[in-house]
Amino acid sequence: MASEKVKTFTDANFGEEVKNGVVLVDFWATWCAPCRRIAPIVDQLAEEYNGKLTVAKVDIDENPMTPSKFMVRGIPTLLLFKNGDLKETVVGLETKDKLTQIINKHL
Amino acid sequence: MSTALSNSERQVIIIGSGPAGLTAALYTARANLKPLVIEGVEAGGQLMLTTMVENYPGFRAGVMGPDLMAEMRTQAEHFGAEIVQGDVSSVDLSERPFTITVDKTKYTAHALIIATGASAKWLDLGVDKKLSGRGVSTCATCDGFFFKGLPVAVVGGGDTAMEEAIYLSKLATKVTVIHRRDSLRASKVMQDKAFATPNISFLWNKEVVDIKDLDQGKVTSLVLRDTETGEKSELAVDGVFIGIGHVPNTTLFKGQLAMHDNGYLKTHDGARTSVPGVFAAGDVQDHVYRQAVTAAGSGCMAAIDAERFLSGTLHQPHAEAVKA
Repeated sequence: MASEKVKTFTDANFGEEVKNGVVLVDFWATWCAPCRRIAPIVDQLAEEYNGKLTVAKVDIDENPMTPSKFMVRGIPTLLLFKNGDLKETVVGLETKDKLTQIINKHL
Repeated sequence: MSTALSNSERQVIIIGSGPAGLTAALYTARANLKPLVIEGVEAGGQLMLTTMVENYPGFRAGVMGPDLMAEMRTQAEHFGAEIVQGDVSSVDLSERPFTITVDKTKYTAHALIIATGASAKWLDLGVDKKLSGRGVSTCATCDGFFFKGLPVAVVGGGDTAMEEAIYLSKLATKVTVIHRRDSLRASKVMQDKAFATPNISFLWNKEVVDIKDLDQGKVTSLVLRDTETGEKSELAVDGVFIGIGHVPNTTLFKGQLAMHDNGYLKTHDGARTSVPGVFAAGDVQDHVYRQAVTAAGSGCMAAIDAERFLSGTLHQPHAEAVKA
């Protein structure tokens, strides 16, 4: 069901993957119910911004280092990077409209 | 009323997709009213944040909250309810059909069912929202994971707070419950469970007046004030979970529908609100029972009322209720 355009980042490749361009990362876990609510929106963003924005997910159970590094202490959390710099942090649920506005600021 | 309506013009629109909204969708769909459900940003409602639900009739072994909601949704869709993503940004109830705006899309509805529910209440300190996702949380099952082996606090004295404390006691080293009174409001069963858990302790007659440390961007401690002596103290924790109750999601309807002082919608004679053709169901109009089964029950009432309203056969209200 998930969009093929959504990448999967890990602790091993995270730093390298966010280095270039605008990257939206969704921190999630299988047991997180609100994460399931935001997942379809993240999928749609990946489809609609194809080529302009890299969209990726990090499973926090399998990759504990990255959330800890960015002080993520609640999920879902979306982080937006531009050329390696953290630009935006969105904690909890947001509407697609709001997320679109946040992304557009950095494109 | 059998003439085809355009896609944005609907007989019935339902705002909200918890047990009340989805039950209203099921009933109006079965009545052939082709309801449109606008699910909202918290799709599925509060049950999406729970684990095992043991008091929904028909499931003797319990049912997972998210599974129950997925079933309700599929059942409503099976009978023809259409469910769309998005959050309603405004409503105009001044004339029929009513106008409902979702982001940039406008819909009109001849009858409207409001099932927007209630959301977790914050402390109103300002700092608590700023540190949300940085150690302040209203959902233990979502964020407890991040506090494995760390001390945390739970604020509140009701069932929600006890449920959070018990859940967190399995992850955190120590759970301190902070309550501004000297006894709990929680049900006996929950109280007994909490008191019997060795790593849950209680601080009575204390309220949280500040959360540190905004500069570090994470929670390091809570500043507490004794509600009797006024004395201040500090409690070092890495996380704080807020379980102090709920606020109804009624901002959209301010000035358009009659509300109680606490913001909950007023209903009378079934699911009627102060505007004919607008009905309300579930927690948005119920601060007393707040159960999945009562929400579902009131969703059914709203659906039947809406159906009768549209066919012109809604029973006459009691004269006294109308005055109120």
